[in-house]
Parts: sequence; structure tokens; C-alpha cells
Amino acid sequence: MDILIIQFLNSIFYASILFLIAAGLSLIYGVMRIVNLAHGTFYALGAYVTAWAIGKAAGHMNIAVLFLILPVGAVAVAAAGLLIEPTLFRPLYNRPEEYILLLTFGLTFVLEDVMRFLFGGMPLTAGVLMDGLGSFPVMGLKYPIYNLLVTGIGALAALCLWAFVYRTRFGVILRATSQDRRMAEALGIDVRRVYMMAFALGCFVAGLGGAIVVPAQAAVLGMGVDALILAFVVVVIGGLGSLEGALIGALMVSFVRTAGIQFFPEIELAVLYLIAAIVLLVKPTGLFGKA
Amino acid sequence: MKLLGFGTEKLSIRRALVLAAPVVLVLVLIPQVFDSYQTQLLTYGLIFGIAALGYNLLLGYTGLLSFGHSAFFGLGAYSAAFMVKYLGVASMEVYILGGLLMTGIVTAVFGYLCVGYTRIFFGILTLALSQVLWTLAYKFFWVTGGTDGIRVPYRTMTLLGGMFDFSGPRSYGRFISVYYYYVLALFFASVAILWMIVHSPFGKALQAIRDNEVRARFLGIGVVRYRWIAFMISGLFTGLAGVLWVPLNGLVTPEILYWQFSGEIVFMTVLGGFRSFTGPIVGAVVLNYLKTYAIASTEYWQAALGIVLIVLVMTLPTGLVGGVSKLVGKFKSQPNVPADAPVKEASGS
Repeated sequence: MDILIIQFLNSIFYASILFLIAAGLSLIYGVMRIVNLAHGTFYALGAYVTAWAIGKAAGHMNIAVLFLILPVGAVAVAAAGLLIEPTLFRPLYNRPEEYILLLTFGLTFVLEDVMRFLFGGMPLTAGVLMDGLGSFPVMGLKYPIYNLLVTGIGALAALCLWAFVYRTRFGVILRATSQDRRMAEALGIDVRRVYMMAFALGCFVAGLGGAIVVPAQAAVLGMGVDALILAFVVVVIGGLGSLEGALIGALMVSFVRTAGIQFFPEIELAVLYLIAAIVLLVKPTGLFGKA
Repeated sequence: MKLLGFGTEKLSIRRALVLAAPVVLVLVLIPQVFDSYQTQLLTYGLIFGIAALGYNLLLGYTGLLSFGHSAFFGLGAYSAAFMVKYLGVASMEVYILGGLLMTGIVTAVFGYLCVGYTRIFFGILTLALSQVLWTLAYKFFWVTGGTDGIRVPYRTMTLLGGMFDFSGPRSYGRFISVYYYYVLALFFASVAILWMIVHSPFGKALQAIRDNEVRARFLGIGVVRYRWIAFMISGLFTGLAGVLWVPLNGLVTPEILYWQFSGEIVFMTVLGGFRSFTGPIVGAVVLNYLKTYAIASTEYWQAALGIVLIVLVMTLPTGLVGGVSKLVGKFKSQPNVPADAPVKEASGS
């Protein structure tokens, strides 16, 4: 029983992180029709920046201030996005989509090495935050309070994103651009700015995922590439370009994965990819995607 | 130089042979001139060339961007490795037959599932399916050796039904020089077969599908069936490359099935230029050298390759071969066909 509760908590913890990565991926695809292979690497970058900043600050400041430093990874990744989109992506919008896909593939290589250069090859942690919050008992076992906080942040982020996309003026513009770029342009929307903002927002949430995961799991090289593939599975199941889909997909993937590790560890990942493949075959636009 | 830009001019087989003859001669002479390390590097390059050439039947000629060709390369490699480990087979020819059989079956299934889709969905579907194979190789370690992989020593292998074997001391140099010609022969055969395929009515039909699917369908071309056949041929050549790669590498690990290796195959093809027949070969050989020397000279070789890819995509969309053709075209100051025309009809999403 206690194992079940802990596994349930682990699943929603994991789902929060996955949702953040997948939501960014989905948002970028939805608005810009770009499949960003560098997205997982953005997530890793967020983790590294936060771990590095907290590592520098720990010992000088008290724990409450450290928590305020946490989002710095997300901000850094958003800034990187603001830099990358106009310089690298914009010149390619008139070319077939394969070129941007390849560009983002090249970007994963470059960013991975940039992180190796800046932060070194050793894993970085921000475990200080997790230890600072302590844990609570679950029927004889202990569970870190920090993980619950992550779930809370994930839920809050989902809510904010939803409100942003469906309840603000910019959200309307975003959706209009996503539905018909030319029409939006004709109506006087500055599509270039929308693209830049959408990309930066997508980067921000991916970076946030990295920032909040790093107190619980160390930032290591290669974490981005692994995360990307899982985020892919999430958006394929949920539907590329759909926020609701990213949420449902993240929950599904996390629960299947947790159950998989517990009951069928050998084919745990294979099952996920097979689910994704089956969803693509039955409904290529995903469970929540629109054609 | 018009040879390099396919489809711009009708070419007789005789003329192609005349143009290819000097290249063939150079390739045949290389092991006599250079040491075994260079020969080994070029052997790798030629093997990747076969893979990229097969890959390009899909990307360049059919207009489908697969992000899962590591699956077929890996299948070929693992088939050979399994035959060594579990059946004790020593003959390279049996590896090739077994590898092609395995790859053939799997490409038929994968292709059947994937060819109904195009564009990004095709890419993601091939990616997901190839990742299934990766996880199986990675997780079923009692069968596949997991991340340790399976060793395939060249010493126990025989070529041409036992005509060449490599037991005994200091046999590596001999192995490389013999194996180079073995690979070279299969490389020429692959080039010839694929050249005939793309210049056959079937190949023309594929290009028609790439350029305008709807019009191709109106002409009575069975679009999905043609794509399926192209997918299988493409996978088979990539699988063959996988089989050839194993004894040279001596080891097969799940990395060869990971999606990043698929990306590398795409990289080779685009580097050389997927709009030309010879582009992928050039790209594969060049990337192999580039990667080897980048790894040897800097810790940040990944970044170096990434920057090459980014610069390439942004400034030289037709790849090395396309760029050279264009340059030559300018020299001759002929009105050149714009080589960087869109791959397919831009359809509003």
C-alpha cells in the first residue's frame, strides 16, 4: 500500500516535469510548425543554469532566498530562445520544414557542448533545496516535501499556460497565428514578434522544467536527449500543438512508466514507444490534436 | 558537371561510366598508396555511403524524411552479431544474406505502417518505431549484451566462402586491405543498382510523387504502394551497410539504433546534397573524415559538427555537391536551373 502511494506521488511528480517539457514543445509546434529537436537540450540547460546558480549562492544565503533563485534557469533559457529564434530560425521559414528540423538537430550538438564547456562534465546538483524542505512520512516510508512542491508548480504552470493561451489578448493572437498565419498577418498582427514570443515562452517552460527538477535529480550531460524522446511520446499521444493533450499525455506516460518500472522493467520504454506509434497510426493528430 | 544534378539532363549509361571511371580508378588504387589507417577510414566512409545512398532514395527521390533509419542499419549489424554469437556462423556472405532477410522483414512491416503518412508524421512515426528497437537492444541485455554490446571479431570471419580468413598473428593489416576491396565491390554494386532504380520508370514515378502527390495519383501511380517499395529498398541498403560495418567496428552496441544515429544519416545525406545522386556518398565520406578528425583534435567535436550542420543548412541547402555544381555552372556562365527549388509543393497546413 505504501509503495502504491509513493509510486502514485512519483508519477505525478514525473508528470509535472514531463508536462512542462512537452507543453513547450507543443506550443512551439502549434504556433510555428517547428518540431524542435533541441527542446530537450533547453530543458537540460535550465537544469544546469539553476544548479550552477544555487551552487554559487548556497552557503551565503538562507534557504528562502535560494528558492527565489530557482527560476533563473527558466529565464536564462527564455533569453537563449529570444536570441536563437531571430538569428537561426527566421531565415529558414520560407524553406521546406526539413531544414529547420535539421537545424535544431545541429543545435542539440552545439548546446550540449556549450553546457559541457560552461559547467564541466560532472553532474551538478541543487540538493540543498530538497534537503531544506525535509520529508513527510507515508505509512512508514519517507517522501520528500520538495517533490510535492514540484507537482504544485507543474499544476500552477499548467493553469497559467491555459489562462495565458485562452484568456488573454496575446493568447488570442497566438491562436490566430497558429490557425492561419497569412490571415493573421493580413489582420495586422506582427507575426515575427508572435513567433519570437511563442518560442521564448516554449523555451521558458522547458527551462522551468529543468530548473525545478534539478534539486531532486542532478543535471547531467545527455539528460536533454533522453527527455526529448519522452516529450515526443507525450505530444504524439496527446496531439502536437495541444496543451490539454500535453497534460493528458504527460500523465499517461508517467503512470505507464512508473507501472512499467515496477512490473515489466524490460519493455517499459518499448511499451511507451509502441503506444505512441499506435496512437499515430490510429489518429495521427493525437488524442487532442486538430488536423 | 551536370551529372551531379540529377534530372536536369538525360544521361546515357555509357557517359556515366566514362565520368565515373577516374573515381573508380582512384578508389581501387587507394590502399596501394595510403596506409591501413586511411584505408580503414575510407572503408567506413564507403559503408556509410551505401547507407546514405539508400536513405536518399526516400529523402531525395520520394520526398520522405525518415528519422528512423538507424533501425535498419542496427538491424543489419545485430543480425550479423547474433549469427556470430548464437549460431557460430563465420561466413560474411551468410551475414549479408541473414542481415538482408532480417532487415527486409522489418522494413516491410515498418514501411507498411509508415508510408500512409507524410511530412512530420512520417518522421515521428519512423523515429518512434526505431526507438522501440533501441529499447529492446538496450533492455534485453541477456540477449543483446545491453550497453556492452556484442563483439564481432574479424579474426573468426571468412570472406567469399572461406577464400580469405584472418586468423594468425598480425592479420589486421591484411584484413583491412582485403575487406576494403570487398566493401568497394559491394559499394559499386549498390551504386549501380540504385542508379538504375532512380533512372528507371519506377524511379521517375517516385520523383513524380515527391514533386506532386496528387498529380501522380491522377496519372495512375499507386502512391502508397510505390512509397512502400521505396521504403523497403531504402531500408535494405541501409541494412546492408549495417552488416558491412560490424566486422570493421568489431562491436555492436545499442547506440547504433539510437535516434541520434538516424540524425547522422540525415546529416550525411544533406551534407553531400540530397538533390543529387552522388551527394549522399560525398556527404558520408566527408562526414566520416570530419568526425574522426574532430574527435581527435577537440573535446568539443560535437559542437564542431553541429556548427557545420547549422552553417550548411543556412548557407548551402543543396549540400557540397549542389554547391560545387552551382559554382561550376557560374564559371561556365550558363543559365543554371535553380538547384535549391523547394523539395515538394508547399502545401498550406
